[in-house]
Amino acid sequence: MSTPPTASELGLCLCHSCGLSCDLRDGPTECERCGAPLHRRKVSSLTRTWAYMLTALAFYVPANLLPVMNTTMLGSGADSTIMSGVLEFWQHGAWDIALIIFIASIAVPGIKFVSLALLLVTVQRNSLWARKERSKLFRFVELIGYWSMLDVIVVALVAALVKFQALGTIEPRLGILFFGLVVVFTMLAAMSFDPRLIWETPHNKETADDVTSH
Amino acid sequence: MANQLIICEHCDCVYEKVTLAKHQKAPCIRCAGVLQRYNGLTVQQRLALTLTAAVLWTFANFYPVMSISLQGLKSSATLWDSVVALSLGPITFIALVAAISIIIAPVFQLLLLMWVLSFALAGKRSPAFRLCMRWLEALRPWSMLEVCLLGAMVAVFKLAGMLDVIPGTGLFALAVLSLLLIRIAGRDVRDLWDSV
Repeated sequence: MSTPPTASELGLCLCHSCGLSCDLRDGPTECERCGAPLHRRKVSSLTRTWAYMLTALAFYVPANLLPVMNTTMLGSGADSTIMSGVLEFWQHGAWDIALIIFIASIAVPGIKFVSLALLLVTVQRNSLWARKERSKLFRFVELIGYWSMLDVIVVALVAALVKFQALGTIEPRLGILFFGLVVVFTMLAAMSFDPRLIWETPHNKETADDVTSH
Repeated sequence: MANQLIICEHCDCVYEKVTLAKHQKAPCIRCAGVLQRYNGLTVQQRLALTLTAAVLWTFANFYPVMSISLQGLKSSATLWDSVVALSLGPITFIALVAAISIIIAPVFQLLLLMWVLSFALAGKRSPAFRLCMRWLEALRPWSMLEVCLLGAMVAVFKLAGMLDVIPGTGLFALAVLSLLLIRIAGRDVRDLWDSV
């Protein structure tokens, strides 16, 4: 099957808010139907994605090293990090819960960093390699993104419940802030990436430049 | 003419819109992204489900998600209590993120849907239709009730080791609400642009 024409060849542009195909020939700056700003490509997509991703990566370190909560039971307190929470479940035989927390909190952000870096580098090198698979990879990254919020919610609920003064209390710690920031910034990074760049060949880029300069 | 065309958001390919039958979806032949998905909900059904979800939202927010007891002492927490628990100390910012993702974004989605859909039922566009529809798009990625549900279940297991945990009304409401919200506030809300 031959490839269908692309929107930029036809002078069309997709509205990201309502999905309308907008005609760019009269030079509109916003969608005629919903009023959202129109862009042929997301504005400085690569720079923004790199910036958000590197910020998230920087927060990923304290998120994993600093304690996320403090448990005080009968006077003796203990800090726990994300990984120590996973290990605790594992040692108590609850491997399924351990696996859920490990995937959501440690694996998902890790996969997002690797995938986004791969997408960014291949796009910057105008690679033609596995474009369909890279498109799928991006959709996967978007899909799994917010599941990392899991630990923030667990800590919040547990801290809200266990408030027995002398008998026992659980308090959130600084790590959970960094952890939440990792989630927010990786989500922003995925949102700033424009998957259409994967399909842009150097030839396409030249014609696109011609159109804008005229 | 432009209304009959559909552009793949993942690779920019242009297609003509097709009419889909039940359970069908139209994938892009170049990047395999989904272009169109069959939308089985009428405006009436969607409004009914939205009202159900609104009732469930009040249950999920005003009844405790779970209660615990330790040597005769009892404690229970609602969603709001858990947001407040995060707000103490230097980590207040994360309480804001949590509040948006488990309380504020879902309730705004429901209010906007109720507003837009009740007018759509009468075949009219609601006042501020454009604004409402754009907010529905903007809120979607930040509404994380299904994550909240899984988090609550993990918390049950986490605490069950050291004390007695009783799941509350809020947890059951949360379970149904999170599933409903996926169905009613999904991308297919965009079809309203064509139908009213």
